[in-house]
Amino acid sequence: MRITLTVNGEEHRADDVWEGESLLFVLRERLGLPGSKNACEQGECGSCTVYLDGVTCCACLVAAGQADGREVVTVEGLGTADELHPVQQAFLEAGAVQCGFCTPGLLVATHDLLAREPDPDDAQVREALSGNLCRCTGYEKILDAVRLAAGRQR
Amino acid sequence: MTASPTTSPTTARPTTADGVGTSPPRPDGTLKVAGEFAFASDLWMDDMLWGVTLRSPHPHARITGIDLTEALATPGVFAVLTHEDVPGEKHYGLEHQDQPVLAIDRVRYQGEPVALVAADHPEVARQAAKRIRVDYDVLAPIVDAERALLPDTPHLHEGGNLVRHVRVRTGDPSPRAEVVVCGDFEVGMQDQAFLGPEAGLAVPDGEGGIDLWVATQWLHVDQRQVCSALGLPPDQVRLRLAGVGGAFGGREDLSMHVHGCLLAQHTGKPVKMVYNREESFFGHVHRHPARMHYEYGADRSGQLVYARATIHLDGGAYASSTPAVVGNAGTMGLGPYDIPNIQVDCFGAYTNNPPCGAMRGFGSVQTAFAVEATMDLLAAELGLDPVEIRVRNGFREGSRAPTGQVIDAPAPVAELVEKLRDLPLPAPADVAGPLDLRHLPGGVANSTHGEGVRRGVGYAVAYKNVAFSEGFDDFSTARVRVSVVGGQPVTTVHTAAAEVGQGLVTVEQQICRTELGIERVVVAPQDTSVGSAGSSSASRQTYVTGGAVKAACESVRRLLLTSAATRLGREVDGLWLGPGGAVLDEGGEVTISLVDLLGDDHVEDTVEWRHRPTYPIDEETGQGDAHVQYAFAAHRAVVDVDVDLGLVKVVELACVQDVGRAMNPQAVVGQIQGGSAQGLGLALMEEIQVVDGRITNPSFTDYLIPTILDVPPMPIEVLEHADPHAPYGLRGVGEAPTISSGPAVAAAVRAATGLALPRVPIRPADITAPTSE
Repeated sequence: MRITLTVNGEEHRADDVWEGESLLFVLRERLGLPGSKNACEQGECGSCTVYLDGVTCCACLVAAGQADGREVVTVEGLGTADELHPVQQAFLEAGAVQCGFCTPGLLVATHDLLAREPDPDDAQVREALSGNLCRCTGYEKILDAVRLAAGRQR
Repeated sequence: MTASPTTSPTTARPTTADGVGTSPPRPDGTLKVAGEFAFASDLWMDDMLWGVTLRSPHPHARITGIDLTEALATPGVFAVLTHEDVPGEKHYGLEHQDQPVLAIDRVRYQGEPVALVAADHPEVARQAAKRIRVDYDVLAPIVDAERALLPDTPHLHEGGNLVRHVRVRTGDPSPRAEVVVCGDFEVGMQDQAFLGPEAGLAVPDGEGGIDLWVATQWLHVDQRQVCSALGLPPDQVRLRLAGVGGAFGGREDLSMHVHGCLLAQHTGKPVKMVYNREESFFGHVHRHPARMHYEYGADRSGQLVYARATIHLDGGAYASSTPAVVGNAGTMGLGPYDIPNIQVDCFGAYTNNPPCGAMRGFGSVQTAFAVEATMDLLAAELGLDPVEIRVRNGFREGSRAPTGQVIDAPAPVAELVEKLRDLPLPAPADVAGPLDLRHLPGGVANSTHGEGVRRGVGYAVAYKNVAFSEGFDDFSTARVRVSVVGGQPVTTVHTAAAEVGQGLVTVEQQICRTELGIERVVVAPQDTSVGSAGSSSASRQTYVTGGAVKAACESVRRLLLTSAATRLGREVDGLWLGPGGAVLDEGGEVTISLVDLLGDDHVEDTVEWRHRPTYPIDEETGQGDAHVQYAFAAHRAVVDVDVDLGLVKVVELACVQDVGRAMNPQAVVGQIQGGSAQGLGLALMEEIQVVDGRITNPSFTDYLIPTILDVPPMPIEVLEHADPHAPYGLRGVGEAPTISSGPAVAAAVRAATGLALPRVPIRPADITAPTSE
């Protein structure tokens, strides 16, 4: 099948998409946007968190056909290496990035949290990020990064 | 604080911003937060194929036939391969070459690779793999490590089921003590659970050779094994490090390496292989589960008199690094305590369970659960508190390890636990303000309002060797070059050391800045075109590759200053490299800039660097100077336990660790917190459940790793007691926190419940319906 979707403000078309393919596969393997990560592909780790029509979800759980005609924002849409979003900058400065595989999903989840709640307390941050696994950091520096980003956005 | 075994070849060192002891941002960090960093599973080439692996459904079976006809007939399939297509050695392995590249006539664990498929879409490859017909004659699996070693148990490998037995004997063989405690302990099978799946891209060069981009911990040991299996010389098998999404020991063994190369060679096309999460659980080794019997004797004052320990480690179907894990568990399995009379027997066995090998903490994690619990039993028997028993018996500089090795560097066990004791405790739950269910065990599941909640506090100490032991030739190679790019001096550092997330690339830059005073440092991509750096494991990379980079910088500095002296017509003595790339004289005046000195030229040297040697242990007594350096850490855990529901909430997990020299303080704290979380996971939730040789929970739905809700605040205090034998005085950091955090959590749960809890992970039923009290 053919699907058309808007990713990070740009319209994309993918041809010969197999019905079983996920949005994550289409983003990574067909559109050349590997920022969203493939850690579990079961919706358990949050590494592939993206916005779909403004709502965060795991791209691995969305069938490619479901995304047809819709709007997707990935980590690549938050900011680029040349112009980082404040949330990305905060993760970098706080030492919240070690291997970095969980980072793109955490960035999108944090971006979403701060859009809804600009001044979250720690319990709110933990609740909001509880769907995003990180194996390297022990999460302390991720909390630091969210606090730093929230402070700067205020 | 700084102490280096190698003296500087020239005079005073420059200081520059972002050198050793500071926390500059990671050089790969910007790309990682932008989503532009290429991990192994992100690689892509025009016209590439996808490879998949067909794995055994049985833990133990004979293969009586394989039929590829249907699979080969599937449209879109380019190759289907079995062991017959392996051109070189058909077995590989880190220490013993006992593992088939593809099963030949027998499978020894569930998930063992049997055949390979390459196709133009991953789903086509998966469907074709299902059409391969393998006939199995199913055999009874051997699933118990102790029973595997009994004389009448069938052998899984020639030579029997014993992988290694380490004996340690010192002092009086029949000691007597006033107070004796003993216990039997068990540790489940933990998984590294790195997030980035096993992945790589193999590209044939059209001339019989191959380029492999792969996520790994040690490029050269992979290269050796790939060359052997492909029957090719090293110059035809070039490995390049692809972005690594965590490792923790799970990437020491080969995964898709040979398989991807075989498919690429057979098809003549690039082949990408990416494991999904389930396959990842089958595709790498795990932490050895352990059963341990411990007995400690002490005098009335609490001084240890003797220790006896018997340790059984389940190595699973293939040896992997079991021999070294047994070495560590055997020689360090009594913890960092002075004990005059010792009898330790540590066994590693083959079974039909999943293969076990390296994981962060490497043998010390399992034994620490037994040691620290036994120390607590002793304290309770003597009426001492857990800190006091450790202060009285803990290693000091000059102590003798059970191997007889004198600890000739700071060993601050007493200081670590005393500092922990002095840290303020978190506020009790009932005075923290209005009841907030989110802070109770079980959280907003709202099944308790705190009526059955008890608080407990527990302590534990970590003790771990750094780098490879027992006489292993443990070296690293670094190439350092200084040149002028865009009118500025630039240092380029090239090693084969795997950056797996730990931050080595940052430390390499910091060392270059400190040694050469040049702010701009480029870390070249890691590959096999430079000499081996050894493995990114055993807490050794900052020590050994850091040492190599430092030594290469010293050589380059000497070359630069000699060149400047020649150019200036003066003696080299008194010249030094100042910050910003200038050669200065004694008075600090610029004599010549590096830009002028070098012009279009460059200065470069490659250095192979070794730490001081270690030695094998005696087979009968376990005596010998086996280890090069020890790392020490200690944890204090505070937990709330709902004794009605069996739920545990860790309230705080504090750590004090001696790192010798904090090369990058932010990264050090990150390592300690990350390692602590993994130990917490093993204490409370992480276990690969194996029933009759079969993994029943190979997914992140069922294998639980700590989330941000499970991990508490982790206050960290870092000590810097320089090791006089190490570069900059540093001490390996990565593993120690994983060793002591789990036993501290277990101790805290015991303190809260009054239960013995001899097994980890502690399950809710162990608390609500304990089997033995």
